[in-house]
Amino acid sequence: MIMGKNIDELRQELDEGVVNACDLFNSAMEASSKSQESVNAFVSIMDKCECSGGSSVLSGIPYALKDNFSTSGILTTGSSNILKDYVPVFDSTVYKKLKEAGAILIGKTVLDELAMGGSGLTGHTGIVRNPWDTTRISGGSSAGSAASVSLGIVPFSIGSDTGDSVRKPASLCGIVGFKPTYGRISRFGLFPFASSLDHVGIFARNVKDITYVTDVLKGYDELDMTSLPDEDIKYVDTLDKDIKEKKLFYIKEIVESVSTEENKEVIKIFKENIDKFRSEGVIVEEVSFDKKLLECLYPIYFIISCAEATSNNSNLTGFIFGSREQGNSPREVMFNTRTKGFSEMIKRRFITGSYILQRENQERLFLNAKRARRMIVEKMNLLFKEYDGLILPAGGIAPKINPDEETDRLGSDYLLLDNHLAIGNFGGYPSITFPMGYVSNMPVGINLTCPQREDASCLNIAFKLESVIGIKDVCAGGENIG
Amino acid sequence: MYKAVIGLEVHCELNTESKMFSGSKNTYSKVPNENISVIDLAFPGILPLPNKEAIRKALKLAMALNCEVPDIVKFDRKNYYYPDLPKGYQLTQMTKPFGRNGHLTINFNGEEKKCTIHQLHLEEDTANMDHYDGYSLLDYNRAGIPLVEIVTDPVFNDEKTVIEFLESLRSIIKYIDVSEASSDKGQLRVDVNISMMKETDTELGVRAEIKGINSFNSVKEIILYEMERQREILESGGQVKQETRRWVDDEKVTVSMREKVDAIDYKFYVEPNIPVVKLDKEFLDEIRKEIPALPYERELKYISLGVNSKDARTLVREKAISDFFESVLSLGGDAKDAANWMTTRLLGFMNTNNKTIEEVYLTPEMLVELINMVKSGKISSQQAKEVFASVLEEEKSPSEIVKEKGMEQISDPDLIRDIVNKVLDENPSQLETYKSGKTNIIGFFVGQVLKASGGKANPGVASKILNEEIVKR
Repeated sequence: MIMGKNIDELRQELDEGVVNACDLFNSAMEASSKSQESVNAFVSIMDKCECSGGSSVLSGIPYALKDNFSTSGILTTGSSNILKDYVPVFDSTVYKKLKEAGAILIGKTVLDELAMGGSGLTGHTGIVRNPWDTTRISGGSSAGSAASVSLGIVPFSIGSDTGDSVRKPASLCGIVGFKPTYGRISRFGLFPFASSLDHVGIFARNVKDITYVTDVLKGYDELDMTSLPDEDIKYVDTLDKDIKEKKLFYIKEIVESVSTEENKEVIKIFKENIDKFRSEGVIVEEVSFDKKLLECLYPIYFIISCAEATSNNSNLTGFIFGSREQGNSPREVMFNTRTKGFSEMIKRRFITGSYILQRENQERLFLNAKRARRMIVEKMNLLFKEYDGLILPAGGIAPKINPDEETDRLGSDYLLLDNHLAIGNFGGYPSITFPMGYVSNMPVGINLTCPQREDASCLNIAFKLESVIGIKDVCAGGENIG
Repeated sequence: MYKAVIGLEVHCELNTESKMFSGSKNTYSKVPNENISVIDLAFPGILPLPNKEAIRKALKLAMALNCEVPDIVKFDRKNYYYPDLPKGYQLTQMTKPFGRNGHLTINFNGEEKKCTIHQLHLEEDTANMDHYDGYSLLDYNRAGIPLVEIVTDPVFNDEKTVIEFLESLRSIIKYIDVSEASSDKGQLRVDVNISMMKETDTELGVRAEIKGINSFNSVKEIILYEMERQREILESGGQVKQETRRWVDDEKVTVSMREKVDAIDYKFYVEPNIPVVKLDKEFLDEIRKEIPALPYERELKYISLGVNSKDARTLVREKAISDFFESVLSLGGDAKDAANWMTTRLLGFMNTNNKTIEEVYLTPEMLVELINMVKSGKISSQQAKEVFASVLEEEKSPSEIVKEKGMEQISDPDLIRDIVNKVLDENPSQLETYKSGKTNIIGFFVGQVLKASGGKANPGVASKILNEEIVKR
């Protein structure tokens, strides 16, 4: 009933009375439950249809929400044992807006523990598998949100993106993933990972659906001081604007740096698409970027995010909420709770973050990372004076869950192709990933990153390029139902 | 000979409506965990919302203490784990404190001292934690209340100057209305850093820190105790440890809490959820304009108007009283007379009856009226005392009372002359005595004139006319 349908299709069926919201809810709930064994996208699946009406474009449309958005009365775990029984008492702004718009929550989705990680393998309820090939990772951290959309269970879902946590899994699962400008969507109620990099992001199977949801979620929120002022426009209204003469660039060093056969295939598809864009009148130029600086992207991201994460998660002590362990002193209670509540991977990140923030290391590590971040942003801002957007392959294809070989974490495939999306977080730029083709029967995505606050332009260009590429409304397995 | 070197950290809770980063009420409550919200308790996903009023008040205090103020608002995280700190970090101002290089001038025993203030910053208060045998209780009402921390340079050498500084500081805080500054409610808490050094030493000694002192009297006791404790250690050839100590009030001693206070690394870094906000000049000027004349300035002014220094000090202690006095001055009342009335009779009455100056019936206008009645000779100063008491007790204006009690003084020379002549006629022998040269008997005649007039005759006029009439006889 709901499987694989996009928002326009569901809207029409709802408006014509072919289905009602509860039919869709039941259908999605059933599909979610069924998918759990093979994909495991959900921490919680709702058991009751709460249709709140609303008259928006999303009224009656089911969606999935990453389990790091606070939902009053609904378990919210951050996919961590330390919050495995935590039921919030307040709503995140994102959830509140969707509720008011009449969208219907189907379930809370699995993430990498506390949104740290890019694999979908570290949630406390188990690994999330790629719907295209369950021996492969879904990517993360918004793993379950990406998978649920890729499965066709819901037309859209909500994630969060600190380094590439929406745009990467979108690419690996063959769907569209968008994070608008920093501050465009309120972060109130989103469990913080690294506040200066955290964004709310959206998954869907086409750019238009992404735009519908962005229009509902965007806007100033008095509960989030970093939220941007309201704009008096709907992005969906400018989606179809002509993009001839728009100027895009790609970074030579990233495209040339690949070494594996699969990644070479990815670059080939990317270049073919660039040619198609050019033939449609879009200007695409190659730009050279300091390779040393590009190789710093991942280290900068890691340093800043670990540092902020250590501090942001210091509230998880078991004193006021969450699971509390016993102890003979307040200190011991806290110590035991955190020792038991976090996985090894999280502890490693906290220790790294703590080390980075130490008085004797702060200047060399944390402050230098912030300086390098600013250098990259300044360079990007200069380029954005000349260009409307940066276009790049979103990364390689989804790796196997248990790889025979460890990724070479210092090789340029990893440092450049697989981790450049953090540029979007450094500068708070609107950035969208959408499908561009297939390699080894797995989807690969292309990413468009635009200047700050140019969300409308970013969606407009992506919408047009999506139709040039000709891949949309695709569910896992490649069935083009739309 | 050793001398003490003392620096202070004073924590002052601001009297805003709501807390520093949430909309929870900022009121003193005896019911635990009543004024709390998800933000104060740091539930996952909350974000801080800075309180503009707290920012204004902290800046106001910085300005009143002659500090340099920054041109931006910026908060930093001070990271440490403790159950009284829900977020696991405290939002404070490390890089851009609201005040730097300020000073407060105090006057102690007629000697002026400029106490330099190193830094003043705005932060959030922590929860209240009480430890019992086997368990601890947490009250988060206090968590998130806006707190200003004032850090002085180590400029004090004895407990008396410290107390004078603290009293002056409290008085300023109340003058500019940024805090109730009540020690009983924990709104003013002091940390004392104290070390001892030889007069000839060039470097400071090793210091002990005594934290969270709730009353000025304890501050005094602690300083005296520490001076003695450290002196004994040093004189016996020992070394003072750098440590944090705690005051045990029952035993009147300090005990060690933890050593090496500087060893904690708070891993400060800029709070990413609060964008840097520029403080424009108009905003700062507006705040500056709200600062009234401060106690010491007023004290000097009163002295220059002829008020004695003790009374001047008394008058400025509370702003409401000083404001009353200022009104009297602006209505043209005589400074010395007004000071006299206020410090003796008015404050006495307020004390005995446990009333504030707002609650007493007397207004500045009435006091000026009374002072002028005496000056113009309408009533005697003796009568004035009675009138003053009646105003306070019967709650009527001076003129009403004078009228009711028929106290209007007789100053008409013709009327008084009649009485004088009558008195002289009736007392021939005393007149003889006067004429024989014992002129100090004039007082007897004045008394008789007053008696004959029912106390209404103006003594000055009576005395003058008596002299005139006696000469005629």
